[in-house]
Amino acid sequence: MWQFFHKLGSPKWFYGIAARLMPWLLVFGLLCLGAGLVWGLAFAPKDYLQGNSYRIIFIHVPSAFLAQSAYIMMASAAVVTLVWRMKLADVFVKAAAPVGLVLTFISLFTGAVWGKPTWGTWWIWDARLTSMLILLFLYGGVIALDRAINDEKSAARAVAILVLVGVVNIPIIKYSVDWWNTLHQPATFKLTEKPSMPAEMWVPLLLSVIGLYLLFGWLACLRMQTEILIREQRTRWVQDLFHVNGGAR
Amino acid sequence: MAFDSFGAFLAMEGHGPYVWASYGVFFVLMAVLMVGSYRRRNAVLQSCRQHAGSRSSRAPKPDSDTAPAAAASFTRVDVSQD
Repeated sequence: MWQFFHKLGSPKWFYGIAARLMPWLLVFGLLCLGAGLVWGLAFAPKDYLQGNSYRIIFIHVPSAFLAQSAYIMMASAAVVTLVWRMKLADVFVKAAAPVGLVLTFISLFTGAVWGKPTWGTWWIWDARLTSMLILLFLYGGVIALDRAINDEKSAARAVAILVLVGVVNIPIIKYSVDWWNTLHQPATFKLTEKPSMPAEMWVPLLLSVIGLYLLFGWLACLRMQTEILIREQRTRWVQDLFHVNGGAR
Repeated sequence: MAFDSFGAFLAMEGHGPYVWASYGVFFVLMAVLMVGSYRRRNAVLQSCRQHAGSRSSRAPKPDSDTAPAAAASFTRVDVSQD
């Protein structure tokens, strides 16, 4: 058990695993997302109430879902950073934050564009919208704080604390549609209930969510590899990488 | 197919601009993020490769055809940074 834990924290071990996983993540991610979006855009029936504007759901929900999932993953990694000082956990937080920022922005943007024909407004200070905007600022804050501190260890600790403080926002986002009865519609998927939409709508939506999850995995692996290479470029194993591959020069 | 023609598909009964603007922003941002991350990883990999090359010519078992002078100057910069 401890040996596994130790291995998991080894950047060298992770670099190899990531290299093997990444082609699968990319191919299946693109396939699932592509299938979900084509199905959702061209083949799913139109919504009887919202018309065709509802087709934005196939990118809005996956990106909003991933934006929150990524934050929860970062918060788990932040705990690992603070308790066990595992370098790899900090590497993940730094690799995932910009991806989360982009996904949060996409969900806010697509939500605004969807809101115009549906609610008649681009933006209101609804609880769900406001808490998502706070998530955007949290991601921005994590990136800025990391860049502001030069020392790697202090930066890791400070960023981990900020991520953990910000995790309060996640249940607020999730329950905002239940606590405050405002414009935003309630959750589309619930674990405990059957989806309220027909299968021709929720299957492509689920496909897009899975596809974006896989692409997030690919992006996280890729960006973690980059961060590992930067941090470990003087170590033996990074330099051996090129000799083993026959690319030594 | 939920639409009668390609024109109807693009128009989306008047909701076309909203739907296509959303998908456009999604695709552009995801593409920039993915291509950008991929290029950056390769650039870092490239600089590590050069670093490894300059180090190996200094190593005890050199099969090097690299110029020693160049390797030495690399080494000096390396040390002064620590």
